Amino acid sequence: MIRLNQLVATYTTVRGTVKAVDGVDLEIPSGNIVGIAGESGCGKTTLLKVIYGDLVYPLALDSGGVDYVFADDDRQEVTTETIQQYWFKRISYIPQSSMSSLNPVVKIRKQFVDFLEPKANKEETLDRVRQFIRQLDLPAEALDSYPHQLSGGMRQRMMVALATFFQPDIILADEPTTALDVVVQKGILLLLVRLQRQMQNTVLFVSHDMGVHYQISHRMLIMYAAKAVEFGESAEVFSAPLHPYTRMLIDSLPNIGDDHMRQGVSGRPPSLWDDLRGCRFAARCPLATQRCRDEEPAFIEHRPNHFAACHYAGDELPKVEPSA
Amino acid sequence: MKTILKTNDLHKVYRLGGLLNRVRINALDRVNLHVQSDEPVIISLVGESGSGKTTLAKVMLRLIEPSAGQAIVYDQVVAGKGARTDKKSFLSIVQPIFQNPFEAFSSYRTVDTYLIRTANKITGLPTAECEDLVEEALVSVGMHYADVLGKYPNQFSGGELQRISVARALIPKPGIIIADEPVSMIDASLRMNVINLFLKLKEETRTSFLYITHDLATAYYISDYLAVMYRGTIVEFGHARTILSDPQHPYTQLLLDSVATMNQKWTETEIAMQDMEATEFTAVGCRFRHRCPLAEEICAEVRPGATLLPDEREVYCHVVERELEKV
Repeated sequence: MIRLNQLVATYTTVRGTVKAVDGVDLEIPSGNIVGIAGESGCGKTTLLKVIYGDLVYPLALDSGGVDYVFADDDRQEVTTETIQQYWFKRISYIPQSSMSSLNPVVKIRKQFVDFLEPKANKEETLDRVRQFIRQLDLPAEALDSYPHQLSGGMRQRMMVALATFFQPDIILADEPTTALDVVVQKGILLLLVRLQRQMQNTVLFVSHDMGVHYQISHRMLIMYAAKAVEFGESAEVFSAPLHPYTRMLIDSLPNIGDDHMRQGVSGRPPSLWDDLRGCRFAARCPLATQRCRDEEPAFIEHRPNHFAACHYAGDELPKVEPSA
Repeated sequence: MKTILKTNDLHKVYRLGGLLNRVRINALDRVNLHVQSDEPVIISLVGESGSGKTTLAKVMLRLIEPSAGQAIVYDQVVAGKGARTDKKSFLSIVQPIFQNPFEAFSSYRTVDTYLIRTANKITGLPTAECEDLVEEALVSVGMHYADVLGKYPNQFSGGELQRISVARALIPKPGIIIADEPVSMIDASLRMNVINLFLKLKEETRTSFLYITHDLATAYYISDYLAVMYRGTIVEFGHARTILSDPQHPYTQLLLDSVATMNQKWTETEIAMQDMEATEFTAVGCRFRHRCPLAEEICAEVRPGATLLPDEREVYCHVVERELEKV
């Protein structure tokens, strides 16, 4: 379980500070693939960075904190400050671009043993690495290559291998397949699903592709303008979303074999620099009332394990018909 | 009927490496497409990265010279042998829209200057009269000149900027707009606004589109014709709905099977990963044979030609060809 307590993360710029994650408060249960979706600038990558403890200027944790599933060796609570010592071992990160994450002048083999303790037996670990990557359909010779000698798909598999080798409790994946072709994407996603099923760890998976979430996520977190707007079981979020933004996001995408007209969401997300009041989606929401513009909706549990931040989510939302 | 788009054995070779270990990459290998219609059409070009779709777009836009063959747009030879169209009339036949709207516009210039300059160059009219042309183009994408006047690119969302790019492309009233991955940089909630705009413009301004994408769902949504490319070759070409509802080439089937849709979950199957790309580019025979579940001996030796099926589609596959002969 990862518990996010009223998390506020800010970026410092010349214009002042801006809240990229603004009061996200939820509990992520263990052993799930949790999909995080939202538009660019909604705070999904920032959220992952905070959970990973990668708080480097200009990013800073303003208030709130993260409780992790595990305690450290002295039974002390792990915080975003101390999580760094568990990188790769108990929490790992799969970035979007493998090309800029693997060291281009060091062989892959060396990058696998980089984070071992100095006294650890490197040869023995490498043998285990070799066995492990064979399970991921990677040839053992790939270990002796430089990153540029592998194709994009193989490199990204290698990143998945690096991130899962120590069987960490938490894996954070930030758009791991966005730069890849659909055929390769499917292969890597199915691999990730298989590994998660074996290890029963928690995967936080950021993607803007709702189709990908439908395929692999057990739970969904939808973010909009630095806020969490909906969180629940994937099947329910897709079949009966509570927030109008989620519904419009799902309804706006075409499907092969479906000839309905699709409508995009008009307008654009508000600037985080503005003084925002009320519901942040109100300006684009077809159902918005004066109450939405004045009063910020709370993020509450409307159905069992299904949270949303919408004043009218408790009542069934009237269906937003895309014009035929 | 007008020839909207035609390529005759279009060929483009890139040379890689030094003098001694030079590799020739056939980025386009005898590409033959042919679309005839009196109505404007939307033609989609789909394929993975490295399939040659952007190279084809660049040849049509005259950004690169083809090594052999020619490309014809609206009955005019625009590239390759016999291309005599001068630049001005070329620009009023073919216009581009690029992938990243934030890179297409310089952040140091206001966007209205791009529109005025385009109108100015094409018509040679003074600025005041150009404004009317610009206004007309902006209205057809749902904006006004007053909305863009004096504004910089960072004052618009990606979707709005892409609509301005479309407006700019519309100013010369081109026959066809070549859109290379026009929505891949745009957020999901705004993407359909741009896609629907293409459909609207096809009806209202009678502009054809060559829509280049790797997203089969939007290709299904808007296109009349569809060409699937693999490693510089066309593998299947025909009416979009015919192909996507019943793909015949094994590669199209694999591609369609890999799309993350929202109506059916994947079954866990083994997927054939690609070999080293360079060997596939230079291979004789069918380029897809290493990954193809149906590959036979002939596939390694002879490059499959176009087989015309009764539903007017062309499939480049030996197995499909033989099946057809049996019937």
